Amino acid sequence: MLVVVCVKQVPDTTQVQIDPVTNTLIREGVPFIVNPYDTHAVEQALRFKDRYGCRVVAISMGPPNAEATLRKALAQGADRAVLLSDRVFGGADTLATSKVLAAAIERLAQEDEVGVVICGKQTIDGDTAQVGPGIATRLDFAQLTLVDRVDELDLSARRIKVSRKLEGRHEHVEAPLPVLLTVVRELNRPRYPTVAMRLESADAQVEVWDNSVLGLDVNTIGLKGSPTWVSRIFSPERAKGEMLGDGAHDPEGAAQLLIDKMIEKDLLAL
Amino acid sequence: MQTAIFTTLLVASLLFFAWSVYRRLSLVLLGLPEERFDQPGRRLSEMFLYAFGQLRVIKKPFGLNHFVIFWSFVILAIANGEFLVNGVFPSLSLALLPEGLHRALLVAFDVVSLLTLFAIALSFVRRIVVRPPQLDSLYVKGRSPEAFAILSFIALLMLAYFGMHGAIIAQGREAAASAMPVSTVVAAWLTHAGVDLTLVESVSWWVHALVLIAFICFLPLSKHMHILTAIPNCYFGALNWPATQPRETFEKGAVYGVGSVERFTWKDLFDSFSCTECGRCQSVCPASITGKPLNPRQVVHAIKTNLLENGPALKDGRKGTLPLIGDEGEGTNTEDAIWSCTTCGACMEACPVLIEQMPKIVKMRRHLVETESKFPEELLNLFENMEQRSNPWGIAPGERAKWVSTLPVKPFVAGETEYLLYVGCAGSFDSRAKQVTVALATVLNAAGVSWGILGKDEKCCGDSLRRLGNEYLFDKMAKENVEIFRERGVAKVITLCPHCLTTLKNDYRQYGLELEVVHQSELIADLIKKGRIKLDGSEKSLGKIAYHDPCYLGRHNDIFEAPRTVVQAVTGSAPQEAERHGRNSFCCGAGGGRMWMEEFIGDRVNHTRVDELLAEKPDTVCVACPYCMTMMEDGLKDRGAGEVKVRDVVEVLAEGLLHKKG
Ligand SMILES: Cc1cc2nc3c(=O)[nH]c(=O)nc-3n(C[C@H](O)[C@H](O)[C@H](O)COP(=O)(O)OP(=O)(O)OC[C@H]3O[C@@H](n4cnc5c(N)ncnc54)[C@H](O)[C@@H]3O)c2cc1C
Ligand code: SF4
Ligand code: SF4
Repeated sequence: MLVVVCVKQVPDTTQVQIDPVTNTLIREGVPFIVNPYDTHAVEQALRFKDRYGCRVVAISMGPPNAEATLRKALAQGADRAVLLSDRVFGGADTLATSKVLAAAIERLAQEDEVGVVICGKQTIDGDTAQVGPGIATRLDFAQLTLVDRVDELDLSARRIKVSRKLEGRHEHVEAPLPVLLTVVRELNRPRYPTVAMRLESADAQVEVWDNSVLGLDVNTIGLKGSPTWVSRIFSPERAKGEMLGDGAHDPEGAAQLLIDKMIEKDLLAL
Repeated sequence: MQTAIFTTLLVASLLFFAWSVYRRLSLVLLGLPEERFDQPGRRLSEMFLYAFGQLRVIKKPFGLNHFVIFWSFVILAIANGEFLVNGVFPSLSLALLPEGLHRALLVAFDVVSLLTLFAIALSFVRRIVVRPPQLDSLYVKGRSPEAFAILSFIALLMLAYFGMHGAIIAQGREAAASAMPVSTVVAAWLTHAGVDLTLVESVSWWVHALVLIAFICFLPLSKHMHILTAIPNCYFGALNWPATQPRETFEKGAVYGVGSVERFTWKDLFDSFSCTECGRCQSVCPASITGKPLNPRQVVHAIKTNLLENGPALKDGRKGTLPLIGDEGEGTNTEDAIWSCTTCGACMEACPVLIEQMPKIVKMRRHLVETESKFPEELLNLFENMEQRSNPWGIAPGERAKWVSTLPVKPFVAGETEYLLYVGCAGSFDSRAKQVTVALATVLNAAGVSWGILGKDEKCCGDSLRRLGNEYLFDKMAKENVEIFRERGVAKVITLCPHCLTTLKNDYRQYGLELEVVHQSELIADLIKKGRIKLDGSEKSLGKIAYHDPCYLGRHNDIFEAPRTVVQAVTGSAPQEAERHGRNSFCCGAGGGRMWMEEFIGDRVNHTRVDELLAEKPDTVCVACPYCMTMMEDGLKDRGAGEVKVRDVVEVLAEGLLHKKG
């Protein structure tokens, strides 16, 4: 059985700034990283591998340099990596992205059964959290989003039990295979690649598939197949902060105020 | 008859001795190669200093006792040699030597034997009555039957010596009796007591013979093996203080770090056979003192035990069965122990036989990180941050030069600026350390020093990674940095942080980069000396200042005086010294990557250190390292002494300049 994990290369957004004049992202010199949620997705796939011996395939749609992201998944222990890269895939919105990824998964399913697909909850650049559900819908897979714990994967009964992390509560849910999971950071602690794995992955093969492999109608993918587009990116004006309490003379009172505020804004997971 | 029995016993014991020594020392060859044969001249002088001079031994008050036993041992080796030869060939003896020499030796033997008896008696008293805690650890006890047996052996040997010679003198058979003052006194006692002199003589002779033979057999099986190995161990000791660790080569199929005993080098293994189990390292180790599961002496002992246990299998090309790293047990190091080390180097400083404990611990960390990917949870973030953003906090690299703000700071340009100020991660991102950076920049400008920074292009030096055993990542970062320094034509560097200092100076040297690196405290002390910074020595606003030596500035890089000179120049008086200071200073708890780890077990190292400093009742604690700064500030707050200020040495200077009259 295959476990397919979707990973995306994203700019390190803590280092991205918005050009106040042109309202575009200043991307020069900003390093790319693996979307942080996706590292947890990879870890979960590897745990399935360790436990049940499934094969793990990491896939990513992106420009050729996204290969580095896949290499990282290989270094952590993925068995195979496929980069979906073609000019016609460029400029895709979530609809078109999920279409290409779903097609790739279907293609993999021709070789071996795909039991589980794992995505991150969302990316740190696009932030839509739509791609996972989009893939599941196209493939007609059950979808379990915001997974923070996998309780059981029963391969003979072909069922999976997980816990979902929702605002202020948890949900225990069960679904039949094949299934798509989107995962949150609390799910696990990604493993750190050993040096041997890193060196191994450095010259491991990353397969590159272009549209000749997937054979999708070019009008339904990439920019052409994307009904949404970004018209403007900007940093919202931030309301001026206010001074509350008197930290210098009443630190306890200030701390209390801070905690009250955080509870009020639901920033503390209680 | 006596000669025949003795000869048989002696030959048998010598054979057994040779076999045991071979069996143990041949295990050393299981280790990896390491170059320790260069510069024989320097090595000999180290050996004379530390082995024969017992330099480290006599640093401890009780060490004098060992000094006496050691030298008695050397001198009496002649007497005992004669005894053995004479036992086999009765016609050979020292009496054949020129008379003057013979008599001189006899005097020496007598006096030295008496001294040894006293020293042994003291050792007994110490073990039974005083019981210093460093004598015991989990698996080695200073009060073990072995220790007492050896002490009794030595005492018996001396008593038998006097008994034998006393009886001979009393019978009037010793021509040189006048050269044997102690034996003569014994002879008088024996005569007075009216005992059977021939019986005393032969009993004493046999006791002497049997004890010597027993000693020969027992020596290579016990910790007293150090009698054989300690001297060569000093010869093969590190010629340069091991502040750093050796490089690793990264290629497919290679093995990283030390996960099993044969992965140590032969010198590491030889070290383990040379340990005298004196406990000096354990009594200075901040981890041991604060109740962590690490004890450097135990690390060394574990290596020896593991080697003895697994050695036979390893020799046959099989794998050892006793794990080197694993659950608590003799011959095994626990992961908790390995992660407790602050790499402060106090253990190495204390060891009388120049054992290098700390690098062995880092080698085991390398195995855990690089091969097993097993390390405390907190470190995952650190490793990722270092790899992705080249700083421990994961702050955007673009913010590295934010501390500059409105200060007049130039970029470093070779030829135009003399020094590169390597600010380091703490100095760039930590809000408290940034104040120190600003103080330094101001002072440098005031003194007219030509300096510049790399700004956004500066990267982390990688110190924590190396000490934590993530050599792969360190290697990557070191290569990047070396490349930048070369490209920019950097030759002279000022560092704010002793960790950057040691890395640029000692670690990057392994990459072929020779920089002239100075710590800011050295530079400013020099500027004061040269009169480029003028002070009036009247600064009083900081009150009584106690100085805390950072391990990586002091012990690891020999900078003790500079910070003290600065304080003296600013305040007119030398700083207050903590009980442990200078070479024997006590770590703040943050070195070796411990800065980035939780401290769950035992007392906090910084609390222990702060308590010691508070005993001096200071108004200000002066430090010279950003990690020490954090540890001292936190520790003082935790101890309810938040009113005590913590200042970097350059801040002390800045204060002095600010308030200077005129
Ligand atoms: C600067 C910028 C410009 C953009 N410009 C346009 C534009 O011009 N037109 C337009 O239509 N859209 C644009 N987008 C949005 C773009 O469509 C999305 O980034 C992309 O479709 C994925 O959506 P997401 O990042 O929100 O993913 P999410 O739905 O948040 O991702 C969830 C999970 O899906 C998986 N996943 C997502 N993307 C991939 C991928 N490529 N490969 C593998 N797995 C993946 C990962 O597991 C991820 O964790 C832009 C985005 C940015 C940041
Ligand atoms: S380096 Fe310091 S912390 Fe580590 S074992 Fe030696 S004394 Fe202990
Ligand atoms: S390692 Fe050195 S200091 Fe420590 S017990 Fe052994 S001989 Fe003594």
